[in-house]
Amino acid sequence: MAILNLYNELSTFLILGALLFGIGIYGIVTRRTLIGMLIAAELILAGASLNFMAFNRFTAADPVTGQVFTLFIMAVAAAEAAIGLSIVIAVYRHYKSIDAEDTVQLKG
Amino acid sequence: MTPTMTNPALFSVEGMVGVVFLAMVALTLTGAVIACNSVRLVRSVAGLILCFVGVAGLYFFLNSPFIAMMQILIYVGAVAVTIAFAIMLAAPEQKKKLGPMGPLAGPLGFATAALLSGSLAVLVWRTDWPVREKINDGSVKNIGIQLLTDHMMVFELISLVLLIAILGALVIARGGREG
Repeated sequence: MAILNLYNELSTFLILGALLFGIGIYGIVTRRTLIGMLIAAELILAGASLNFMAFNRFTAADPVTGQVFTLFIMAVAAAEAAIGLSIVIAVYRHYKSIDAEDTVQLKG
Repeated sequence: MTPTMTNPALFSVEGMVGVVFLAMVALTLTGAVIACNSVRLVRSVAGLILCFVGVAGLYFFLNSPFIAMMQILIYVGAVAVTIAFAIMLAAPEQKKKLGPMGPLAGPLGFATAALLSGSLAVLVWRTDWPVREKINDGSVKNIGIQLLTDHMMVFELISLVLLIAILGALVIARGGREG
């Protein structure tokens, strides 16, 4: 397969999406701060959007639907970031820390 | 759109397009790795911005300059800046290590991620995706028409969700502030 023609292949974009998803999962399970986990979650959302856009370009009958869906994913990601970060700030005010292992008040 | 099996000449238009595509792929993956592995959170946000710019370039290659522009506007311009503000507001103590040191760090976390993305990639290779005939050109005009006809309900609900998210973020972040 020609390496300079990779942008005309569906599987290139799908594998890129899978890689972004995997890196995001790695970030979520290894990060110990809440903000780091949020950043990794954004990577997972980017991988999902990339998949939608790839199918939209190469296989779907209507090339508008995938773009609309990606726009909705962006809006939901913005809402998620706003809520998540304000929760992080509230947690920081209460515990003076954003380490996920310090928020253990309910632990018996 | 039949993929040719030979490389175009490097300094032809097609060759340069391929080189730019490879650069975007490298930007995306480098940014993602930086975002997940740097010790300081500010660098991690910088990696996230790199990754989003790369993904915007990939959207450009997927025939959607509008979505590429929205990606830069929303993710780089709004989400990344919000995360940077949160890092500055919730400034963690410098003596604490904030890097990837969670309970699953190291080989176990890497194995989880590699297994997931590897199996997804194998699935991609083994599946024969059916290609359908295009029924329109996917232009910005068509996006606008479909947003306000077919996807009208979702469009309105998304605006409501964003409004509630902004109000909720203000309420949560204000509560418990002394003075």
